[in-house]
Amino acid sequence: MNEFLTLMKSEWLVTAIIFLLLFIKIGKGLKNETLLPVIQVLLLLNFILGFLFTKEGHLFGNMFFTNPLIAFQKSILNFGVFLISLLFTDWLKKSQQLPEFFMLILSALLGMFLMISSGNLLIFFLSLELATIPVAALANFDLGKKRSSEGAMKMILSSAFSSGILLFGISLLYGATGTISFAELPQQLDGSPLQVLAFVFLFTAFAFKLSIVPFHLWTADVYEGSPVAVTSFLSVISKGSVAFIFITALYKVFQPMQEVWYAILVILAIATMVIGNLFAIRQQNIKRFLAFSSIAQVGFILVGISSNDRAGLVAVVYFILIYIFSNLAAFGVAGVIATASGKENISDYKGLYKTNPFLSWILTLALFSLAGIPPTAGFFGKLFLITAGASKGTYWFIAIAALNMVISLYYYLRIVRAMFMDKNEHPIPTIKTNNIAKLGLIICGTGILLTGLLSWIYDYIQSLVT
Amino acid sequence: MPNATTIALIPLLPLAGFLLLGLFGQKLFKKSAGLIGTALLLAATILALYTAYEYFFVYGKVDGVYQKFVLLQLTWLEFYKGVSIDMGIIIDPISVMMLVVVTFISLMVHIYSLGYMKGEKRFSTYYSFLGLFTFSMLGLVLASNIFQMYIFWEGVGVSSFLLIGFYYDKPSAVAACKKAFIVTRFADLGFLIGILVLSYSAGTLDIGTLIQRLTSPESNVVKTATAYSFLGASALTWGAALVFIGGAGKSAMFPLHIWLPDAMEGPTPVSALIHAATMVVAGVYLVARLFPVFSITTPGVLEIVGWVGALSAILAAVIACTQTDIKRVLAYSTMSQIGFMMFALGVSKYGGEAGSGYTASMFHLFTHAMFKALLFLGAGAVIHYVHSNDIKDMGGLRKYLPITHITFLIACLAIAGIPPFAGFFSKEEILHAAYQNNMAVYWIALITSGLTAFYMFRLYFSIFWNKETPTFAKATAGKEGGFAMMLPLVLLGVGAAAAGFIPFGEFVSIDGKPLVSKINLVFSIAPVALGLTGIMAALWLYKKQNNRSARLAASLGGFYKAAYHKFYIDEIYLFITKKIIFNLIARPAAWFDRNVVDGLVNLTGTSIQAASEGIKKVQSGKVQQYAIYFLTGVIVLAALFIYIWK
Repeated sequence: MNEFLTLMKSEWLVTAIIFLLLFIKIGKGLKNETLLPVIQVLLLLNFILGFLFTKEGHLFGNMFFTNPLIAFQKSILNFGVFLISLLFTDWLKKSQQLPEFFMLILSALLGMFLMISSGNLLIFFLSLELATIPVAALANFDLGKKRSSEGAMKMILSSAFSSGILLFGISLLYGATGTISFAELPQQLDGSPLQVLAFVFLFTAFAFKLSIVPFHLWTADVYEGSPVAVTSFLSVISKGSVAFIFITALYKVFQPMQEVWYAILVILAIATMVIGNLFAIRQQNIKRFLAFSSIAQVGFILVGISSNDRAGLVAVVYFILIYIFSNLAAFGVAGVIATASGKENISDYKGLYKTNPFLSWILTLALFSLAGIPPTAGFFGKLFLITAGASKGTYWFIAIAALNMVISLYYYLRIVRAMFMDKNEHPIPTIKTNNIAKLGLIICGTGILLTGLLSWIYDYIQSLVT
Repeated sequence: MPNATTIALIPLLPLAGFLLLGLFGQKLFKKSAGLIGTALLLAATILALYTAYEYFFVYGKVDGVYQKFVLLQLTWLEFYKGVSIDMGIIIDPISVMMLVVVTFISLMVHIYSLGYMKGEKRFSTYYSFLGLFTFSMLGLVLASNIFQMYIFWEGVGVSSFLLIGFYYDKPSAVAACKKAFIVTRFADLGFLIGILVLSYSAGTLDIGTLIQRLTSPESNVVKTATAYSFLGASALTWGAALVFIGGAGKSAMFPLHIWLPDAMEGPTPVSALIHAATMVVAGVYLVARLFPVFSITTPGVLEIVGWVGALSAILAAVIACTQTDIKRVLAYSTMSQIGFMMFALGVSKYGGEAGSGYTASMFHLFTHAMFKALLFLGAGAVIHYVHSNDIKDMGGLRKYLPITHITFLIACLAIAGIPPFAGFFSKEEILHAAYQNNMAVYWIALITSGLTAFYMFRLYFSIFWNKETPTFAKATAGKEGGFAMMLPLVLLGVGAAAAGFIPFGEFVSIDGKPLVSKINLVFSIAPVALGLTGIMAALWLYKKQNNRSARLAASLGGFYKAAYHKFYIDEIYLFITKKIIFNLIARPAAWFDRNVVDGLVNLTGTSIQAASEGIKKVQSGKVQQYAIYFLTGVIVLAALFIYIWK
């Protein structure tokens, strides 16, 4: 009973918060001004408690599995949600359904936690759905806007399609091997055509969630239509959680088929980086731009994953931590600007430095980090990903990845140029940034600068990976 | 033992001045900048004198030999085990001597500038640059690691650039500072490669260790390095020669001297600093610092050093006889005197009596610092008074500038080598060393010292005698400079008159053992007689206004014209750079860069844009199409891996 509580404590905590919000909603209800700080404190508590009592163990006959690394991954996600609650304070305060927003987001988070901890394809499927459906509802949160509904619709349709193929793959796999347990699957895999087909089906489900080309098409429309807070949740938290379980699946479960998935990863990583970059170059809307740039970033994550060793795992976890800081900072600034002025186009950002130096600097830091320019953490993150990928010895693959980093510099710096150098007759007027949001931005900025420079963070992650 | 803190403070005080005045000078210390800089340098000078006293008279001498101390070995950058850039302090006779020279001359310049630069708009900037210059030179002198020396070497280059170009609204000053920087930079490249060759051979960057490893001919290090050869010379010969090129650039040796006359565009006190104590003697100091390597391992290079020095000495002396710009004459005289120091090193050998050239060179560096600073500061006082650099505008100034007149005369006598002034003793020792080792160089030196006397007194008579009624506008002329300008003149005058009596060989010699300098009266007859002849010739030609000099120039014809145009060396440089390098190398390179390199970059950019345009249609916004792409992806992957891959 005791284990039942401690091993699943992250899940329990999130569930408790969801219920608390539910009671508040059913009961008298609270004003947004009072409720939001309460939620923020709860999320912070949740994040801190995530570090306590972490240990290794499994429950429900190996269906649920956890260890310190998984606990840390959950903490990263917790932290991301906490940051989102800070960064979008202004937007959240205006929201009509504040409790619902957090109930949905936390339900999705709960799904992700279960997904990362899953030890069985059934649990994996269920938790993946739990992590997806609330987000589709969230995408529709700007109720008055047509694009928002359209995005939600596209998301639910696409993910239903993807789920169908996933289920198909699971069925085939069960047919071919007679098991759906992660622990037993590796012994049964022999690389027969049926198993490869099942694996490809399964793989596409991950690819869909991670927005790997050519399964990425939903991304841009959904990102653009959703409110910025939801977009940032989708692009950072959602991506991170799937990347974590993706590694577990590839490294642990499908290890016998590593030649197949290495080849697939190489092909798709190249396609993802190139297509993501090519699309990002042309985008005018900042959210769409960040959507495509995040697709390109996923390509780099794939490079790290392809190494199939401990270094790759460490590099990916490390990169996602950095990615949370960088991308949330970028979305945070975009959100502040969108909420205050309603402007979302890159051309609106011209001359931003003159009127909003703080926001400009944070966005610049974030873009530098995303582009991988030293000394920001993004540089170290990409460096480790690429060195991990290089350990396989496929150097032309690494060269293409490096080339894509150079191309991405162009479009990241384009925004920096717009903010600092381009002249504008009517720049966005000075925005009075909420102090809580400012705090969130400062946390992100500090994270961008320090995560790379403080070596103990990397060492800590390394110590978790056994 | 030497006290590291005291010695480290000597360069750090000017640095503090540079930072303080550079950062806050224009706002906080607009008026007091000069006093602050001077006070800091006074402290540094006192510390330097104290250090010199302690070293020479208290702890430096052990068993009759002056020891070398290395203090404060802070590792700054380690390449691999054994090879690191350390920041250390080296204390030996020449570095201590240089400490005194640099701080003292710099102090004189600081004090002098209080008067000379008064009312200058960028007064505090000027003093901060002076601090940087002094700091760099002191750091160079104290460097215990050859790379550390290189860093300060470049620091000297930068600060001279800043000071020569101080009047940056004057195009000629801008051109001059660029020229100085580019020419010395070009030579520094040689120095850097030389450092790399030598340190690679020796496996260390530490000067002491490097000398120790490279000077034992039987050791494996030297044998291996000698085995590598390029164009008929061994690696070590190349290394030493390249290091000397660096030294020649900074010391304005032929043919890298072209920057020196133009460097006159800086404020006159800066010229005094550059010529007497800092920049130009850096090259001499470098050769002296690595002298064991030059003399034991690569005597061939040392011979080159000797010939380059001798050639520069006589060439510069001839040119100096024809120039009419007071500062240019002095500039060429510097080049000539540095040539003396160089060839004194060149004719020297390692150790004992044969090493007298080394001592003589250092001695001359010391005395030259005194009288050259005095000459420049005196020239500054004259220019300050007349508002012109041209000796044609001067004449008969002895009545108006009595103190300047006397001190200038002392300096001229010193540089001409007339006993008992300072220059006599050091020049005598140089000539003696040359006489013992290389007769050809000795004759060149002898002729040069005669020419020196001639052109210096040509200058002296033209300024202070010649016309009885000065032609300059009396209305603009004020009084002779104030106390701040006269004090350094008097102090340096005393130095220039008396510095020769220091028994220099007692303190400075290549192996640390005292060297008794013998002045042989019979030997001195020839140079002194030649010097007096030069003075007499100048007296006859220039004391009164007459046309004798014009007739003489006319009779010399082409030779005079060539010397007046500095033997067209600048024109040769221009021809080589503008006509040959620019046309044959730079233009094709520019074309290649514009059309091929940029073209490729632009092509990449355009093709990426085009590709990005091309795939636009995929992202249509229609969910049905998305599903089709999704399914296609699944099928292609499955087909690929089930049928083809297997």
